Amino acid sequence: MAHAVETGVKHEDHESIKIAGFWIFLVQDVLLFATLFATYVVLRNHYAGGPTPKELFDVPGFVAETFILLTSSFTSGLAALQLNKKSVGGLITWLVITGVLGLAFLGFEINEFTNMVQEGATISTSAFLSAFFTLVGTHGAHVTLGLGWMLGLIIQLARRGITPVTSRKVSVLSLYWHFLDAVWIFIFTVVYLIGVM
Amino acid sequence: MHDDHSEKHPGSTVSYVIGFLLSIVLTIIPLYVVLNHSFSNMILVYVIMIMAVLQFLIQLVFFMHIRESEEPHYNILAIALGIIFVFAIVAGSAWIMTFNSQVQ
Repeated sequence: MAHAVETGVKHEDHESIKIAGFWIFLVQDVLLFATLFATYVVLRNHYAGGPTPKELFDVPGFVAETFILLTSSFTSGLAALQLNKKSVGGLITWLVITGVLGLAFLGFEINEFTNMVQEGATISTSAFLSAFFTLVGTHGAHVTLGLGWMLGLIIQLARRGITPVTSRKVSVLSLYWHFLDAVWIFIFTVVYLIGVM
Repeated sequence: MHDDHSEKHPGSTVSYVIGFLLSIVLTIIPLYVVLNHSFSNMILVYVIMIMAVLQFLIQLVFFMHIRESEEPHYNILAIALGIIFVFAIVAGSAWIMTFNSQVQ
């Protein structure tokens, strides 16, 4: 810190404060998911005569979602590492790969949700399903938002290259993407694995 | 850890690969024990929750580079406080609802 002030690189300091600020945002997002997890844990046995998780959850489907999202978290990290090489081409390539994996994840999730609804398991069928769709749907909404953000950033990188501002944005986006995978670990464990036990 | 170059993204390819491989292992083990019913349900829940927490910590260290942030480590303080709140909200809700049958 002292060094940065001496050399007067105010701009870079400003960007690192924004990364610290993003951590604070992530922590409050953790609290949002905590309330949804708490709701799910409390309501998960309230089927109201509707289908149970064992009948609904498709093991290959959620396992595929888990590995796709984990791999995309890894590739978003590789994208951020291209910042150190100052390689815009490599950065955009890894971001596109991450985005495609994110889209594949969303595709599996949308497919899973539509199948459930077609089987008559809607958000209003039981307390269990209300909590399930709210929790998993909120995570899916975060992924969707992240994909839009990623597209915007790819366009900006193509036009402006790697600057202090775009490089901070890449760091923040990759933090966000890792965070979404961290939330998914708990959805995978608490919702799906405990559901199919 | 971090030097005077604040633009530098923390971590290396090696740290990402280690984090990725450990995460895969910590996903496959709980999947395997649950699908094979290796233990009773009670023990299974504990085993897979421990795996989830371990994988979460591994991702914090190897993917999110929480140890390599700028001094002072406000993000570690924030995430530690967040984890305490998560525990209070989730475990507290689950625990208090176990009294539901007694008061009805």
